[in-house]
Amino acid sequence: MKSWNRFKNSYLLYSFKRDPVAIISFCVLAVLGVISILAPVIAPYNTYDTATIDIMDAETPPTWMEDGDERFILGTDIQGRDLLSTMIFGLRVSLLIGVGAVLFQSFVGILVGIISGFFGGKLDSFLMRLADIQFSLPYLIVAIFTMAIFKVAFGIGRYEDLAEPLLIIIIGLSQWPHYARTVRASVLGEKNKEYVEAARVIGISRQLIMFRHILPNTMTPVLVISTIQVANAIMSEAALSFLGLGMPITRPSLGSLIRAGFEYIFSGSWWITFFPGVLLVILILVILLLGDWLRDVLNPKLYKG
Amino acid sequence: MSHLLEVKDLEVKFALRFGDLTAINGVSLTLDKGERLGIVGESGAGKSVTGFAIINLLSKPGYISAGRVLLEGQELNRLPEEDMRKIRGNRISMIFQDPMMTLNPVLTIKTQMIETILAHANVSKTEATDIALDKLKKVHIPSSEKRIHQYPHECSGGMRQRIVVAIALLTNPALIIADEPTTALDVTIQAEIMDLLQELCASEKMGLILITHDLGVVSQVTERIAVMYAGKIAEIGPTQVVIHDPQHPYTQGLIKALPGSLQPGSRLNQIPGMMPTLTDIPPGCAFHPRCTISDTICRMEVPALISRHDHDHMIACHVVK
Amino acid sequence: MENDNSLLAVNNLVKHFDISGGLLEQLRWKNGRIVRRKTTVKALNDISFSIMPREILGVVGESGCGKSTLARAVLGLYPPDSGEINYQSSRIDNLTPHQMLPFRKKMQMIFQDPYASLNPRMTVKRTLEEPFLFHNKSATPTEVKDKVEEVMQQVGVEPSWITRYPHEFSGGQRQRISIARALMVDPEFIVADEPVSALDVSIQAQILNLLMEAQEKRGLTYLFITHDLSVVEHFSTRVAVMYLGKICELAATSELFESPRHPYTQALLSAIPELGRQKPTHIKLKGEVPTPIELPAGCVFHGRCLYTDERCIREVPQLISLNSGVEVACHAVEENRI
Repeated sequence: MKSWNRFKNSYLLYSFKRDPVAIISFCVLAVLGVISILAPVIAPYNTYDTATIDIMDAETPPTWMEDGDERFILGTDIQGRDLLSTMIFGLRVSLLIGVGAVLFQSFVGILVGIISGFFGGKLDSFLMRLADIQFSLPYLIVAIFTMAIFKVAFGIGRYEDLAEPLLIIIIGLSQWPHYARTVRASVLGEKNKEYVEAARVIGISRQLIMFRHILPNTMTPVLVISTIQVANAIMSEAALSFLGLGMPITRPSLGSLIRAGFEYIFSGSWWITFFPGVLLVILILVILLLGDWLRDVLNPKLYKG
Repeated sequence: MSHLLEVKDLEVKFALRFGDLTAINGVSLTLDKGERLGIVGESGAGKSVTGFAIINLLSKPGYISAGRVLLEGQELNRLPEEDMRKIRGNRISMIFQDPMMTLNPVLTIKTQMIETILAHANVSKTEATDIALDKLKKVHIPSSEKRIHQYPHECSGGMRQRIVVAIALLTNPALIIADEPTTALDVTIQAEIMDLLQELCASEKMGLILITHDLGVVSQVTERIAVMYAGKIAEIGPTQVVIHDPQHPYTQGLIKALPGSLQPGSRLNQIPGMMPTLTDIPPGCAFHPRCTISDTICRMEVPALISRHDHDHMIACHVVK
Repeated sequence: MENDNSLLAVNNLVKHFDISGGLLEQLRWKNGRIVRRKTTVKALNDISFSIMPREILGVVGESGCGKSTLARAVLGLYPPDSGEINYQSSRIDNLTPHQMLPFRKKMQMIFQDPYASLNPRMTVKRTLEEPFLFHNKSATPTEVKDKVEEVMQQVGVEPSWITRYPHEFSGGQRQRISIARALMVDPEFIVADEPVSALDVSIQAQILNLLMEAQEKRGLTYLFITHDLSVVEHFSTRVAVMYLGKICELAATSELFESPRHPYTQALLSAIPELGRQKPTHIKLKGEVPTPIELPAGCVFHGRCLYTDERCIREVPQLISLNSGVEVACHAVEENRI
């Protein structure tokens, strides 16, 4: 109750209420989030269930067009799946991979960053060079190698089941240096502050100081880059899927939907690519707008802490 | 044209999310040619804001909401920014606490000084260099011909502040506003800078407004003191009178709170409580919740700044007669 | 300096910081060859002093003289390069963190910046409970609560504000909380590093009074670091004047302020702006303050001193005791030239 009151009077909420862009972005994102969580309930068809699909319905245009079918509001894709339902499940997959990849990379990055910043010296140099090396490897190449090896080693069938965690790990691994650098920089700023010295005078161990005193004070920039990183991860996944390295078409993400429809765009079936594309743009846009707002609000220079 | 600077009922407000905050509430001051005035007060009293308001350099969201600032009869706060820029750094110079606020770290001292001169005077580069060297000598910088080619980071803190004073002198200003010029410096260096300022005011007939929290410094350098509290002047008068015979209870409390006037080891006289923040300045006299002699009237009416014993010494208090 | 009654005795303490960075940054081009050069800040050079129980030893000096380093070295935050620190006759500078724990309970620190010395993400309650719980692992919740309340009352912070965060307090109140945190473990010895220099005059008096009260009630001993000479004069029993990592004079407060011996102390005292007294002249020092990276040979003060002779440039003066109990490190005083 007390923390609710604190939140109600906070600058965060105040500036949120004053910023229509932030409010709209938040609402759109919240709606998309709810839709993806409740996908099995909301979607008109369960597109993962092959029994509901009839290949005869393939490439039906949206209802308002000639030849449209009122069962499929946004038409169907090449396999005859209801496009709206496919998009809803695809949104779910995209968000899952985006959030999952960010959780994974932030866990690795924060751990590396805090150890690097707190202990310094040779360990710091080693970890930071590791981060540089990671950054200098294009994630596409890493992804192509890993996927190719995986497909050879476990076969295509297994790949369909394990594609999601695999994508989370690949995208997460390629981005952790972002977190490591950000956290390291703020640890370096925090660790010489007097409250850390006070904790040392009390006799508290280094590990406790690190996690109880310093870590919570480095979380503001982490929060800010996390929003941008979610957008990045979703885009990376879409790009990988578009290149055929991402989610299989049986469990499509927004990216693989766009790719699947792309081949038919010249035969007139534009909607298969168009609607997932619009949804992806909206999703990325609202996340980035929210991230921008958050960065402005939490700017340490303006933030009276 | 009797005064060099005249500030009349100055009022400064900050436009914030919950409405306007009054930072300066009706401050009036005068300064004559060559006179040295000190503005003292604790943090949040509005002393720096007063300085910035005089040169019309308030950063957003601050703005002058009422009152007038006259320099040699010319009204500054109504001037367009273009004309104001000609006065700032020319007729009025400002010295800040951190010398690096004035000095550009990537330019040599020479470049910075010559740029300032050329911006305000129509002289050749050689003449400008001569002026710059002359001013550096005035602030007692040893081997100034060598120093002038250096970058700010090659100088010590005290040296930098002296260079800032030299830059402030470049255009022969009529008025220098020094905002905590020695707070970041050591006592031995502070004494040198203060000597320097005092000496320059006398030789160049400059007016000086010294803004500081340090009563000791102010009492040594200035001829008159204004004590500010919560955006208003509590007491103003000749330095020696204010220091030795303070009338306002706040000034008295401030002076008594200083260690040094008491038996070592004894309790210091403390003023209870703290300065109100701008958001909740109490009604009536802003000092009344901390005042030992406050009366009912203090809670209701804002005391006016009126002169007491002699014409020059004014205090804003209902109770002290 | 061996004195068995002393609470804290520091002998020949040296602390240098290597700021030369990585190997690549250490390499310099010199006379056609690449040489490796280290840059060290010589923060403390051969410091010796002792503090008696219930004494307030003031340490004054200008910025960069090593006084804050001294404060932290005494508490073991910076391990010394050489020299000894003894607390109640037991050596503490070479202990492991675990062996140090019993001393952590006895020695505490108060910091300069009330805005940086409290963890912004911890409530007052957590900030105060942490040291107490850490050293009294078996304390019951009621004991903790009572202790927090008792200490908060002592430092004059309303106990009902316990759930607030540091940013909800003013500078003076934060400094009170910072003092409360130090008092939570009932220490004997407190190192105060510029505890009032970030505060306004009227608040400064409140905090100094609080520190004096705590000293009387609890029989505390202070090592009081400051640059403000008038505070030292009022507050401490003895004063050590530091210049570039060395103690140049150590004397009883009244003795030092009445008749300073060391030329630096004299200059320092003459520069204090005194209220209302327009002093004709202060002692004008020549030259510039050298950096602690390139310390001058001989007496560190010789470049600015008015009494320098050939011996001062050559030989480092040692602290010598005069008959009045004053300790001075100056050849000129030793030779009766001043």
